[in-house]
Amino acid sequence: MPTLNDILIMLPEFYLVVAACVLLLLDAWMKPAQRPVLHWLSIAVLLVAAYLLVMGQPPQSVTAFGGMFIRDETSEILKVFALLTTALVFVYARPYLIDRKLLSGEFYTLMIFAVIGIMLLVSAGNLVTVYLGLELLSLSSYALVALNRDARLPSEAAIKYFVLGALASGMLLYGMSMVYGASGMGGTPSLDLAQLHNVMSYTTAPNLLLFGLIFMIVGIGFKLGAAPFHMWIPDVYQGAPTPVTTFIASGSKLAAFGMAYRLLSSGMGDLSQHWQLMLAVLAVISLAIGNLVAIVQTNLKRMLAYSTISHMGYLLLGLAAAGPEGYAAAMFYAICYALMSVAAFGVMLALTRAGFECEEISDLKGLNQKSPWMAFLMLLAMFSLAGVPPLFGFWAKALVLEAAIHANMLWLAIVGIVFAIIGLYYYLHVIKVMYFDKPAEGSVLQAKPDVSLRVVLSLNALSLLVLGLYWGPLLGWCRSAFGL
Amino acid sequence: MFNHLLSLLIWLPVAGAIPVLLAGSSRPNLARWLALLVAVLTFVVSLFLLVQYHPDAGGMQLTESYLWIASWNVHYSLAADGISVALILMTTFVGILVIAGAWEVIQDKPHQYMAAMLMLEGLLIGVFCATDALLFYALFEAILIPMFILIGIWGGPRRVYATLKFFIYTFFGSVFMLIALLYLYQKAHTFDLATLAALPLTMQEQTWIFFAFLIAFAIKVPMVPVHTWLPDAHVEAPTGGSVVLAAVMLKVGTYGMLRFILPIVPDAGAHYAWLIIVMSLIAIVYIGYVALVQEDMKKLVAYSSVAHMGFVTLGIFIAFLLVRESGNTDMALLGMQGAMIQMISHGFVSGAMFTCIGVMYDRLHTRSIKDYGGVINVMPWFGFFYVLFAMANCGLPGTSGFVGEFMVILASFAANPWIALFAAFTLIIGAAYTLWLVKRVLWGDITNPHVAEMKEINGREAFVLVSFAAAVLALGIWPQPLVHLMDSSVSQLVQQLAIHKI
Repeated sequence: MPTLNDILIMLPEFYLVVAACVLLLLDAWMKPAQRPVLHWLSIAVLLVAAYLLVMGQPPQSVTAFGGMFIRDETSEILKVFALLTTALVFVYARPYLIDRKLLSGEFYTLMIFAVIGIMLLVSAGNLVTVYLGLELLSLSSYALVALNRDARLPSEAAIKYFVLGALASGMLLYGMSMVYGASGMGGTPSLDLAQLHNVMSYTTAPNLLLFGLIFMIVGIGFKLGAAPFHMWIPDVYQGAPTPVTTFIASGSKLAAFGMAYRLLSSGMGDLSQHWQLMLAVLAVISLAIGNLVAIVQTNLKRMLAYSTISHMGYLLLGLAAAGPEGYAAAMFYAICYALMSVAAFGVMLALTRAGFECEEISDLKGLNQKSPWMAFLMLLAMFSLAGVPPLFGFWAKALVLEAAIHANMLWLAIVGIVFAIIGLYYYLHVIKVMYFDKPAEGSVLQAKPDVSLRVVLSLNALSLLVLGLYWGPLLGWCRSAFGL
Repeated sequence: MFNHLLSLLIWLPVAGAIPVLLAGSSRPNLARWLALLVAVLTFVVSLFLLVQYHPDAGGMQLTESYLWIASWNVHYSLAADGISVALILMTTFVGILVIAGAWEVIQDKPHQYMAAMLMLEGLLIGVFCATDALLFYALFEAILIPMFILIGIWGGPRRVYATLKFFIYTFFGSVFMLIALLYLYQKAHTFDLATLAALPLTMQEQTWIFFAFLIAFAIKVPMVPVHTWLPDAHVEAPTGGSVVLAAVMLKVGTYGMLRFILPIVPDAGAHYAWLIIVMSLIAIVYIGYVALVQEDMKKLVAYSSVAHMGFVTLGIFIAFLLVRESGNTDMALLGMQGAMIQMISHGFVSGAMFTCIGVMYDRLHTRSIKDYGGVINVMPWFGFFYVLFAMANCGLPGTSGFVGEFMVILASFAANPWIALFAAFTLIIGAAYTLWLVKRVLWGDITNPHVAEMKEINGREAFVLVSFAAAVLALGIWPQPLVHLMDSSVSQLVQQLAIHKI
């Protein structure tokens, strides 16, 4: 029986479920003219959830529902940043949705349900919770990608995403079943991650366990978007409405890190020598494919999609280090990446108007002449993504590289840094287009007059600079989450 | 204020860039005056370094240190010795001149140009006084951003190619240094340069780290096989960009060698000193010949920069040879001192040469030597300065160019007469390409009718050229104050060379 304490531990999640349902009802009863209120309400809902998380943070790690749900510092940090980046997405999305007549309750409720999925996923203490959270996040995301259901490209992207996503979920589930089976051979079968930790020591079917691990890594690789499980990323990024892409590129990546950490470190920690190398291989392939293919892209969303793949490669460097320092570095990287990509997509959303999608790189031509401030914000995002100091992205890269060296994988760090040089080119190309090219004839690149968008986007992009100059507290926070 | 003099010097121009940017395109003159004010203020503040720094005491002075990132033990720590002080003074001095030099030349978005210049200046000052390796690295890389923008927006026709090449090339070099620093951090758990200098390292480790450092700094200097970005960047950069690039940014490379290679990997440095010496000699002799055949004035001066920077690297590493093989500390000191003076002198001379070319380019909009000829007939005052700087460029006694080169050649003679012989080739080749340039541009009859319409330099240009000329002559005739400023720091460097770390 759930006790009151269980419910209190999960209060932010319960609160969000209720809030999402209320928003859905409000949407149904509201007159269309009042709809915009939903926007502010949804942002308030997210911020209140973040407030509940921070205020109700237990002094140490606690579990609810018999270990199904863990509330510790790691999950708190990931949840707070997932809520914050989703709130950013809401702010950036409003003008876009209004222009395309997509502003409706569904967008907000689906997003909030996806966030609940993230929160469950990063707090999972049990294979079942992992799967539940993952499916909640994924199903909401599939629907979100198809939000503009009359258009061809989004529908195509949604179908691709759904088919591949279902396949990956199936793999993950299959792997979980093998792990469950292996835990039952020579002991009591368990789905609990904490108990799975030492299965290797007693199981009579170690090969089954390893097979299960491999299948689970496929699922993780898919969710992260690490090559060779990256096929969906470019199409979904390009096809989805830009606000949804922004969400998939930010909050969703935090979730993927949380899931990888829970499954690999908590659940399969004993097998780290096996999955370390697998992750290292995934990292190298992701770095190579992401960075090389991004160079030839002409569509900015697609380019950022390949850039995501390469960034997941860096994140995997941290995870592959398989120690508290590596996890802290990887979490730092995930947070950093979420902030950077939200800023980059935010600039695109700010420049998009009714009847004009800002999504080709050439659309940004001469942005510095038309709108120097937006160009500057994009410049910050690009240099940060490229990892040029003193911006935030550089320190995140330095941290994962240090983690790899610390784990005696100097070669991996060198591979990582070599691809950083290659990756530099396409980010510089965007800056080149904005700053060095003349605006195209008749181009009307002008940032939206929406005040909340401009202010929040400016703060978001400037935070990349500020955090680049002073990243100590955030790193300290990430490290203390892993007991350092 | 004196407790935070170095911080003030870094942040004054960086923060000053913000009001300049805000002054906006609508009021370009306000932006220009603000930028000049910030640059002059920075220079005035930097003069206090001369009061606050005590050359006789030596060592690192004006120390500031704050814990920056606790969990990584990174400090925001700054300090300056004589070499840093000299380089910072040169930077702030050149800073004023590039702002003044760009006054009405830059018509397109002058506020952004001025702001980028000021940021660049602040970051360069930071590089010259950072004593935490990670802070140094961050600043070292951050300089690329304003320079990238400067070349890319205000550069010549092939600016995009040049600026991308410049950025990626230099970034390529420095990332290996990052790996080396992270490796050192694993061993020492700190990025403090003084601690890293005392860290024992095996020869194998030193070799790897040496090459990681070398590739970063050799590209910046640039040394011979990796110098190819420089002609492109120089040719396409706006005049101010070329001046800062040649005068200050190249020194970052040699300064990095002093701060990283010498103290952290001295044994590998000594072991591979021959390599650097050979590379430097190739730069001096071969690049001199390459400069001779250039048809583009800026390219010619760019190649001559590579050749002159060869003297700096030669001076630094000849000291290794002298100390380690013959224990000849006096001569090593001479070589090192020559390298330092050459660094400062080259800053002024190359800056002045690029300014001169800029003055002509603003009138004729071509850099090709064959479009000129007989300029002296219409611009006699300009001709006077041009000849003066040309003489300094070929190392005429009495100008700053002579002092450093002469000291380095003397030191090389003590190490090996053959090295001195090759180094001394510069006296002939340097004179050849510079004088030939002067002959083709200034002397002779006016063949191009546009040259006849060229106007004499105005007051602003005269101010810039007179300032450069004063610096060049002052260092040439009376280098003693500069030598005294750096003396104790240089001898400390030379003493460090003798320390084995294995």
